[in-house]
Amino acid sequence: MNYLRTALKEIETAKELEKYLSENENVMVCCGRMGPMCLPVYDVMEELEEQRTNVKFAVMGFDNPEAASIRNAPECRGFMGIPFTMYYKNGKIVQATSSIQSMQQVTSILDSKFGK
Amino acid sequence: MDEVFDVIIIGAGAAGLTAGIYSSRAKLSTLILNEGAVGGQMVLTEEIANYPGVESVKGYELANTMKMQAKNFGCKIKSNIKVSKYNFAGDVKEIELTDGRSFKGKSIILTPGGRPRSLNLEGEGVFKGKGISYCATCDGDFFTGKEVVVVGGGNSALEEAVALTKYATKVTIVHQFDHFQAFEHAIQEATKNPKIEFVMESELRGFYGNGQLQKVTIEHLPTGKISELKTDGTFIFVGYQPNTESLENLVQMNERKEIIVDAAMKTNLAGIFAAGDCINKRYRQVTTAVAEGTIAALSAAEYLRN
Repeated sequence: MNYLRTALKEIETAKELEKYLSENENVMVCCGRMGPMCLPVYDVMEELEEQRTNVKFAVMGFDNPEAASIRNAPECRGFMGIPFTMYYKNGKIVQATSSIQSMQQVTSILDSKFGK
Repeated sequence: MDEVFDVIIIGAGAAGLTAGIYSSRAKLSTLILNEGAVGGQMVLTEEIANYPGVESVKGYELANTMKMQAKNFGCKIKSNIKVSKYNFAGDVKEIELTDGRSFKGKSIILTPGGRPRSLNLEGEGVFKGKGISYCATCDGDFFTGKEVVVVGGGNSALEEAVALTKYATKVTIVHQFDHFQAFEHAIQEATKNPKIEFVMESELRGFYGNGQLQKVTIEHLPTGKISELKTDGTFIFVGYQPNTESLENLVQMNERKEIIVDAAMKTNLAGIFAAGDCINKRYRQVTTAVAEGTIAALSAAEYLRN
């Protein structure tokens, strides 16, 4: 089931997420809703998708039961603001952020975790 | 040769997108340069129930529709850019971006909008998303069964405080004055809600916790007395400020850093117009922004014809 309306790839099942992570080295997944804290992050990702060919960008609905692996990740313990944004390298979480993030904050993480 | 646009619009909120719709539909080559998310303050509103002709619509849906309308008329939109320099002198104006690109336009419509004010207090950045939020609709459910603080005394603060009582066991509103600036219906809704308590004539002074927000300090302004309040979360709604810092000393502004325009949305500079939350006005509504965006686009078209 599709939860979000963005131009980004939406991952719909836990299996699909697992497969996506196993097939791609650098992945950013934003797990959110269609709300004011999430939309700016999707906009940033849409913009960066054209420039950062070394990173795969995707979204997942926060209310999608299949997103439990993100919501319950130890790296998200204490998070109290959506979206939960996950950065994976070779399938492992290397960074996670809570709430709205700016272009500068996102690019800074991409640079440090995945290289420019 | 560089393309020279008829109209360059700075900002893609309600005013900017409306100006984009009108100018591109008038067959003027139009570019919107947008620093933040498309939709501006509209996307911060869960439900818009007073937009004439539309019974009820989510803010992001209205923004998305406006964006598609503008694009369908041929308007180009570039988001997440950062302007480094404006050159408003001469008949052709130039806007340089931090990434080295520059764009030229015969007329400019400034609609940079506003942004929620932050408190700029110790710990505010640290606990964002870990107890501090600016959106009850987005994050309210994280605070189910918990106690939260709401900062502010306007419509947003009181309406969001009431909304938070669906989740939180107790909501404490901290406000700097001894009265609220909100509309009467919002004040009544909040004051009759048994889950809401009020700490008036007080301001927050700091956020503290261990990985997550656990307490805030509050100063009672008449006495200067500082007290601590244990809390699981704090929602900040202390108004908006115009995004006009980069335009200072370029166009005429008032003491609140709002751009001064006349009834035709003209600034003090020829070919430069402004609309939306960045201008000197009393009421900040989607409908007023849309009206001003319309006027600015029509005025720009008239300026180009002459």
